[in-house]
Formats: sequence, structure tokens, C-alpha cells
Amino acid sequence: MKTVCVAGVGMSQWGEVWRKSLRQLFADAALDAIAKSGVDHIDSLYVGCMSGGLFAQQEHLGSLMADYIGMPGLPAMRVESACASGGMAFRAAFFEVASGAADIVLAGGVEKMTDCSGDDATAALATAADQEYEVFHGATFPGLYAMMAHAHMAKYKTTRSMLSAVAVKNHHNGSMNPNAQYPFKIKPETVESSVMVADPLRILDCSPITDGAACAIVCTEEVAKKLGKPYVKILGSGAATDTIQLAQRADLTTIKAATLASARALKMAGRTIKDIQFAEVHDCFTIAELIVLESIGVYEPGCAGPGTLAGETGLDGKFPVNTSGGLKSKGHPVGATGIAQIVEIYKQLTRQAETGRQVKKDLKVGMAQNMGGSGGSSVVHILEVA
Amino acid sequence: MTMFSSRNWREYPQRYRMEAVKFKKSGKTYFPPRSIDPETGDCEAEMVRLPDLGKVVTYTVVRVAPSQWGDMSPYALAIVELTDGAKVFGQMTDVDVDKVTIGMDVRVEFRRVQTEDHHGVLSYAYKFVPKWW
Repeated sequence: MKTVCVAGVGMSQWGEVWRKSLRQLFADAALDAIAKSGVDHIDSLYVGCMSGGLFAQQEHLGSLMADYIGMPGLPAMRVESACASGGMAFRAAFFEVASGAADIVLAGGVEKMTDCSGDDATAALATAADQEYEVFHGATFPGLYAMMAHAHMAKYKTTRSMLSAVAVKNHHNGSMNPNAQYPFKIKPETVESSVMVADPLRILDCSPITDGAACAIVCTEEVAKKLGKPYVKILGSGAATDTIQLAQRADLTTIKAATLASARALKMAGRTIKDIQFAEVHDCFTIAELIVLESIGVYEPGCAGPGTLAGETGLDGKFPVNTSGGLKSKGHPVGATGIAQIVEIYKQLTRQAETGRQVKKDLKVGMAQNMGGSGGSSVVHILEVA
Repeated sequence: MTMFSSRNWREYPQRYRMEAVKFKKSGKTYFPPRSIDPETGDCEAEMVRLPDLGKVVTYTVVRVAPSQWGDMSPYALAIVELTDGAKVFGQMTDVDVDKVTIGMDVRVEFRRVQTEDHHGVLSYAYKFVPKWW
């Protein structure tokens, strides 16, 4: 396989972006990435999107986006793996360049979630769970992660304070991210007095509904060198699936798809988890960040909560996690999230993160972990500064 | 979203009678039924009905409910391990939602699960009630 690089990234505005459509959000991010990288053309396009159909009654996103980024005729397709759609689109772009079939590929992700009612958005998100055996009975995503939280609390004595620490840290980081939907700090007591959504998860344990897009220019190292801009190498890509239904899993306190995807990415990279210095992980709910950190081996089972409470995953900690603000503060336009994680790893490695958010220590290798549903799929990428 | 009646009645064997499959080689039971045992690759299976007693493995209380369950909110959801080891996801009912616990003994009962709009399908299936006797 060829060495594959990321030579530029872009993001649209994130939040409740009433003035921008699905296509406009994507075009904003794509044209930003193209301009920043300096590429004069692209060979193909992958659009990660969970559900243009249910959120905005628009499918066929390959055609739509190629047209509106000014490149009609471009080979383009939409990639879907629920909330892991962005990461999977990035993986598709990685393979197309690694195989030699293309030199420059645009990997993007987008979701327009406020063109429908809150009830319709909840229903659209719920399609990432088992429709006949979970959603039929009244399952919601906060509900599913809440069930994992109760199991984790019972097995490992994980506490309310540990969950709050995740939200507080991610909001602290997001307060310094101009792209964040909720760029403000919060206190543990604010989290703990917020509305209960699904016991034990409160509204400030949950990532929000967000409109937004993110894009990355994926290319060969020859192209990246010629462009003369800072770039990073993709050392490894791993993906995995697990049962879509939570009840069918042997252990509810771990996410096997994340374990497998991370192990596969590390194997391709020829590294171990000890070589990874920081990560963006899929904190769709506070409990998810803790379970993922344990599932990918950053922490032993039951130790991520105490570690987070002790500040080990903060910007100055031994293993910074979600320096972007994560899904919690930055927002979670589901199909765009996986690409936005890559955007953050790229910015941190090339020291382009905003003042205050840039990790001070020397960073060489970072990981992005993206996840679909209640852990029915996961995709992990490992990036190294060139 | 409209629930077509075929989509509802197709699931009757599982929703009304909890029909599962038990694979010959592994002796493992799966609910809902599937065509192949992911552990052994075995395709030979018989239909079995799940037992109606079990214990709560984990639970939550949904307090911000989708509209189909507005009249039932707040409601508890649980993953229950039945006496034969099969794990089933469903709603709890006839229970004080603040008193649900992990390890609680429950029994399966037949109840209305959701009501679709004004003229839509009424869907029934299994729910879990606390074992009180």
C-alpha cells in the first residue's frame, strides 16, 4: 500500500445553522479544505452522512455534493454507518489512495439535523438501533447508553462525579474552539442539576443535535510534499462491527467494536496503544467516553472514570482526550463527526489548534475513534505528523 | 412514520409468543431468530418458546420520550436475562420506575407497546412486570 496523507482540512459553521442547507454546509467545509490544502483538483469524493433522507429528505449525496463543490462529473458516493459514517468515508478515501487508484480524494461528512422536528430527529437517530427489537419498545439513544452506564456503575463503582468530569473537561476544551456549538465552560453542579433524560444520564451528559460538515484532503505523500503545507500520515485504519442490539452482547460494560477496530488500526500502524499520545473519541454521551477509553486499552476496565476525575485526560494530562471539545461541546452532526475528529488530530499534530486548546507537549501520534449506534460499528484511524 | 400492518403482523410469532431458535450443534438459543449460529456456522435449528421469568441485567428510565410513548412516560426499559439465558430488551410496566433495580425478578406479560397517531396500528408485545408473589 502507498503512504497516504492528510494535506488539509476544513469545517463549516457548527450549531443550529438555520441559514445554511445540507448542500451549503458541505460546500463550505469542502471548499475550505480545498483552499487550505492548495490542491488544484480532486480525483474522487466520499460523503459520510447518516441520514440525509430522514433528516432533510435528501439522498443521492454523491451527485448533489460533487455538483455544489463545482466538480460535476466527479466520481462520488455517500457512505453510511450511522454515527460512524464520517470515519467510514475517511477509510474509503484512505483505501482509494492507498491502492493507487487515485492521488487526491476528498473525504467529507455532513448532517443537517434541524430541518425536521426534534421528535423526527430522535426517530431518525433511533434508526441506528434495532428497529424491531429496541426502538419498537421505546428505546432512545440516551436510553441505550444509560443502560450501559447503569451496568458500568454496578460493575466498577463508576460514579456521577466521573460522568460529570467528562462533560466539564470537554466543555472546557470546546470553549476554546471557534467551531464548537456550545463553546462555554460548565460546572459539575450544572451537569448534576440538568434535566434527567434517561437515568442516570442528564441532558448535559448528552451530545446535542447539530448541523455541520467537515472535510479532509486525503492524498499520496508525493502530492502532500509538492503542496508544501503541513501534513500528517495515516499510519493505520481499522473498522469493526458488533451486534446492532445491545441485549445480544455478552458484556454491556465494554464496546467490542471499538476494541477490534482499534486493535486492527494499531496492527496496521505497527504500534501499540502505549505509542498513542492523545485521542478524539466518540463521546456521544459521557459514559461512552469512559467505556471507549477502556475498550481501546488506554485504561484498564473501570479505571477511565477515576483517571478522568484526576485530570489525566485534560489538555495538560498524560493522555489528552477530545481536545476539540468532543461531541459534547463541539456538537454532533452525526455523519460529520468522524471527519471532524480527523480535523482535530490534524490540527493538534500540525500545531494549528487555537490558542489555549493546543496541547503543549510535543505530539507525534494521535488516534481518532468514531462509533455507530450503541457500538454496532466503530472505525479507528491513527495519524502521525510528517 | 406510518407503521404498515404487514410490518407489525410479520413479527407476531416473536411479539406475541416469544418464538426463538435453538441451534442443534451449540444448543444456544437466539431471540429474535436468525438463520445461522454466529458461533458455529450451524444452520440446523428448532423453534423454541422463551420462558417467562427472568432478572433485570440493566435498566434505564426514559423521561424524555418519543411521541408514540408520550402517554406512558416516564417508563423503564430493561434488558432481562430469562431463566434459559436468553437476553431480551423491553419495557417494564406495573412498576414504580424509581424502584427498578439490577437483579430485580420479573415476569413476562402481554401488553400494548405503542399507539401510532390517531388512526394507526395498536401494537402489542411482551413487557416485564416485577415478580411480586
